Amino acid sequence: MMTRREALSRVALIMGGTVLGAEAFLSGCTTGVTGLQFSKDDIAFLNEVAETILPATNTPGAKEAKVGQFMQVMVTDCYDEKNQGIFMQGIKSLQEHAKTKMNKSFMEASAPERHDLLVALDAEAANYQKNKKKEDPKHYFTMMKELTLTGFFTSEVGATKALRYVAVPGRYEGSIPYKKGDKAWATT
Amino acid sequence: MAEQHYDAIVVGSGISGGWAAKELTEKGLKVLMLERGRNIEHIKDYVNATKEAWEHPHRGGRTQQMIQDYPVLKRDYPLNETNLDYWCSDKDSPYTETKRFDWFRGYHVGGRSLMWGRQSYRWSDLDFEANAKDGIAIDWPVRYNEIAPWYDYVEKFAGISGNRDGIAVLPDGQFLPPMDLTCVEKDVAARLKEVYKGTRHLIIGRTANITVPHEGRPGCQFRNKCWLGCPFGGYFSTQSSTLPAAMATGNLTLRPWSIVTEIKYDKDKKRATGVVVLDAETNKTIEYKAKIIFLNASTLNSTWVLMNSATDVWEGGLGSSSDALGKYLMDHHLGNRAAGIMEGYEDKYTFGRRANGFYIPRYRNVGDDKRDYLRGYGYQGGGHRAGWGHEVAEASIGGAYKDALSEPGDHWNVNMMGFGEMLPDATNKVTLDKTKKDKWGLNVLNIDCELKENEIKMRKDILIDAQEMLEKAGVKNVKASEGDGTPGRGIHEMGTARMGHDPKTSVLNKNNQIWDAPNVFVTDGSFMTSAACVNPSLTYMAFTARAAEFAVNELKKGNL
Repeated sequence: MMTRREALSRVALIMGGTVLGAEAFLSGCTTGVTGLQFSKDDIAFLNEVAETILPATNTPGAKEAKVGQFMQVMVTDCYDEKNQGIFMQGIKSLQEHAKTKMNKSFMEASAPERHDLLVALDAEAANYQKNKKKEDPKHYFTMMKELTLTGFFTSEVGATKALRYVAVPGRYEGSIPYKKGDKAWATT
Repeated sequence: MAEQHYDAIVVGSGISGGWAAKELTEKGLKVLMLERGRNIEHIKDYVNATKEAWEHPHRGGRTQQMIQDYPVLKRDYPLNETNLDYWCSDKDSPYTETKRFDWFRGYHVGGRSLMWGRQSYRWSDLDFEANAKDGIAIDWPVRYNEIAPWYDYVEKFAGISGNRDGIAVLPDGQFLPPMDLTCVEKDVAARLKEVYKGTRHLIIGRTANITVPHEGRPGCQFRNKCWLGCPFGGYFSTQSSTLPAAMATGNLTLRPWSIVTEIKYDKDKKRATGVVVLDAETNKTIEYKAKIIFLNASTLNSTWVLMNSATDVWEGGLGSSSDALGKYLMDHHLGNRAAGIMEGYEDKYTFGRRANGFYIPRYRNVGDDKRDYLRGYGYQGGGHRAGWGHEVAEASIGGAYKDALSEPGDHWNVNMMGFGEMLPDATNKVTLDKTKKDKWGLNVLNIDCELKENEIKMRKDILIDAQEMLEKAGVKNVKASEGDGTPGRGIHEMGTARMGHDPKTSVLNKNNQIWDAPNVFVTDGSFMTSAACVNPSLTYMAFTARAAEFAVNELKKGNL
């Protein structure tokens, strides 16, 4: 691909496919919330959320790719103040939501329980995103999911183990055979 | 004590300055090339050239701090983590805008030849004759037949890959083997040919990436990281190509951190005598003398230098006697685009990362086609299989979702965006803004430029045609969208020191000489009398090489 101007997806995240979370990276607002604090528990929680979205299968999952830590860095450095607030509140909201729905914390719940919780929440977030006005804020779970996907597939673990990574292709072929099951190329 | 006298001084080391240095040194002149910014050595200083996303703290994105530090660069894609240090600091080098103009600059050895898009197309007489035929602005003082041998010359050295397509408005060049179109692009091309009965062509882009080893450079490895600097010399830049050639002669002195603040002019001899340099690190002033000067500081900066020169003779600066200096600023207007998906290619993929796209040359106002606006546009685009991150219908969370995301999408994405010509207009201009200073206490430029009626009409067609062509080519779910066409975003600033037949209406003559100072040659984008719709750098290279030969011959004859 890569016309000269495809740089939005290229530059923001150096990845293939659709641009995820681009708005968060491109919002031109004020500096971040001072005193934005991610606790160790927050990171551990986010790692578990991410691992639920993209779990280890016969390829590694989001936790091995340290997606929780990635989310901390991105939210702290790249999100504007407004979206930082939404994300941090979202951590609380998700934790409360888990207690309400499952009568236990997200961290205490089993993998299948977490899975079911997030499938429903994802549907809710997707519905909100579809119907919201352009100027309405992004749903916190949409933020978490986008950061999870980007964080995983642009990580070394994700790119080299879940995808196919070729550092120096050496040639270009405009048409090669593809069979179902072949992994996608890691970088554009 | 460093040498103060040279045969020639080249101001600026970017895509045209590097050529001036190469040509003049190869013809035996002792040359001083002055660059306002730091040195960036080929390969050694390409610090991020082999890094992948995970080796950047923010995976190549942009932080809030970067957005604060770069109030102009943030307006478009150039603000990013992977090559931030290649873009000039907006805070150090501000400018003022009467109307918004997005000016993205590279102030270092190589200039924007390090980060450029590399698309390289020739002009034809459709372009050179346009002003005269349309009764717009002034006539170009040259025609294609005079420039064609110089296109040959620069293409052969630079290394341009492309296909000989036989399209009149886009003359073929001296090409290295073309890159592949993808299978989807080939099919779109075939359908467009059929539907439009051969009047519209989709071709592989002509790009300054070398597809075979060339001039001692190993070649493009299809990593698509060009703008980080290429350790393989895969594309043309000052660093990979013209600078080594100039250095090999032993005749070049390169001085970074050298801001040229004025050209010294002898009003009795009617010749420039040298330049004044402000050292960007020490703030000391140094004067250098030379017999000839090549001004290649990039379009607006060359004009800035001229406006600051010979002000005792002409209040508006050197080259202002015609009143054309600073005026007729142009860019290419971009942004209007269309995209859709192609189905039926689930058994195909691509290998490698192609730093190039397809190109659809101008067909509007060509031959019998007549629109309600003048000139035209081309499209740059691509058709690639959806990578990871596509939508998955059957799952949204979990192992099956991850595994599905790890495969490419079933569909292919096809998209294209128009590059439109801006007419030269006297009200689109730059002036010196003496109320604001840059980091070095120098007056900044004020830019007053906007799209006018012709461009606005053209942009409607760009949108409609893109939609129609993709749909007719079998692309589904086609969506056309209006993009930001603000001048400057093409990063192809042209004009403000145009060439012409008449010193009363132009700054330069047909040999890029300033009418008022025949030993000063201006061969960056500022000489452009009209804009065409094709990426201009190849044309700057050709005019630079031509002017260098002329300059040296004139010097030998004693005319300068």
